Amino acid sequence: MNVLPVGDDALLVEVSSGDEAEALHAELLRRRAEGSLTVREIVPAARTVLLDGLADPDRLASELTAAEVPPAPPRAGDVVEIPVRYDGPDLADVAAHWGVAQEEVARIHAGTEYHVAFCGFAPGFGYLTGLPARYDVPRRATPRTAVPAGSVALAGPYTGVYPRSSPGGWQLIGTTDAVLWDHTRVPAALLSPGTRVRFVPVGPARAVEA
Amino acid sequence: MTDRALAVVRAGALTTVQDRGRPGHAHLGVPRSGALDAPAAALVNRLVGNRPEAAVLETTLDGCALRPRSAVTVAVGGAPCRVTVDGRPVPWAAPVDVPAGAVLDVGAADSGVRSYVAVSGGIVVEPVLGSRSTDLLSGLGPPPLTDGAVLPLGRPRAPHARVDVAPQPAPPAELVLRVTPGPRDDWFTPEAVRTFTSRPYRVSPASNRIGLRMDGPVLQRVRPGELPSEGMVLGAVQVPPDGRPVVFLADHPTTGGYPVIAVVRAACLAAAAQAVPGTPVRFLAVRRR
Repeated sequence: MNVLPVGDDALLVEVSSGDEAEALHAELLRRRAEGSLTVREIVPAARTVLLDGLADPDRLASELTAAEVPPAPPRAGDVVEIPVRYDGPDLADVAAHWGVAQEEVARIHAGTEYHVAFCGFAPGFGYLTGLPARYDVPRRATPRTAVPAGSVALAGPYTGVYPRSSPGGWQLIGTTDAVLWDHTRVPAALLSPGTRVRFVPVGPARAVEA
Repeated sequence: MTDRALAVVRAGALTTVQDRGRPGHAHLGVPRSGALDAPAAALVNRLVGNRPEAAVLETTLDGCALRPRSAVTVAVGGAPCRVTVDGRPVPWAAPVDVPAGAVLDVGAADSGVRSYVAVSGGIVVEPVLGSRSTDLLSGLGPPPLTDGAVLPLGRPRAPHARVDVAPQPAPPAELVLRVTPGPRDDWFTPEAVRTFTSRPYRVSPASNRIGLRMDGPVLQRVRPGELPSEGMVLGAVQVPPDGRPVVFLADHPTTGGYPVIAVVRAACLAAAAQAVPGTPVRFLAVRRR
């Protein structure tokens, strides 16, 4: 574990894999819940966890450097189901990257269980992992200036759903009516780190399957 | 419609509602937001007898004009500017009584960027995740003010402070930003790290509430490409592929993939919020506390 100081009151804890980052995140949440860690923000990401707003970062840094992180506990909680029409403009490109027929993209994508590795980019945008590494796809060479809200997309090892219209460079494979973010709802975010997710084909994609 | 309201006569270039922001939700991708010059926002709240967490207005360069529907006490601070009530000059950085229906005009900034307007009772638009701040990155909170908009006001809480004028730091002629190195200074050449803390920069006109952008020497990297996305803090100095540093302000993204060469001390960020485009900037390396 590599512990990097960030300013006067934050630490960036770097590990070597996404799984380790999730295990570290779970351990830090456990410590906060039991009262042994006081911190304003715990922000998991691809290979790191940021701890922002620490009273004594140096003490925690030396402790974490020596610490063994227990493996992440098994993911509990309900699976959030997100209905998807597999009608995205980049379906053909993704099929070509995967080396499969276009109809197969929906079957493979909807046949996988995902979980939220971390959030970022926009409120309620989760970086979902679960697809095997052979299905990694590059970002689009030219990002779109406006990706519609509800677009289901792929980039690198991740799947994500755009909570609102925004610029974006991910490959768009489908559309959902699910509301990813609603600040009047509790919780506002449909997806938060650790949430289990399945995509359920609806509309034309289901007709193709049947 | 209640009398406790404020009509927007002239919204100005960019006037937003701001309080102390919504920290604690970064793991959901929610920026902290909040007043960029936090000490100025706290001061004007104190001058009108508001709690420190009350929402105020933050103007950008050209002020705004407001018409309260009931008598209120206001205070304008931050960037110094001419303040009038129905055309008559009134003090800046002091409590001022505005009669019902009179027009409070907050003039263009004489120096600095952002003036803060506190109104007794505070602006009580609907909070989002515990804050009334407008977040220009994510779109959370109320939209920026528009001409003709009406903002609800809370009930005044306490008699306002008895002061004639409150001292405030002048906007900076030269911005000195104290920085602690890292976490990704090892992504840059040793010359780039030296350049960053020794050569002059200037505030770019492309700066906004998300970041203070710099014109000046390009910082060369020893490692190409992007980092896997990682958490970002307020004051982080991120260096995008064009090599010109960006100091993250309150509406900054919660994660990012460009390396952070250093982090600006929180105490320097109020001055950063008041630095007009073209202001000379020096980054001064300091040890972590």
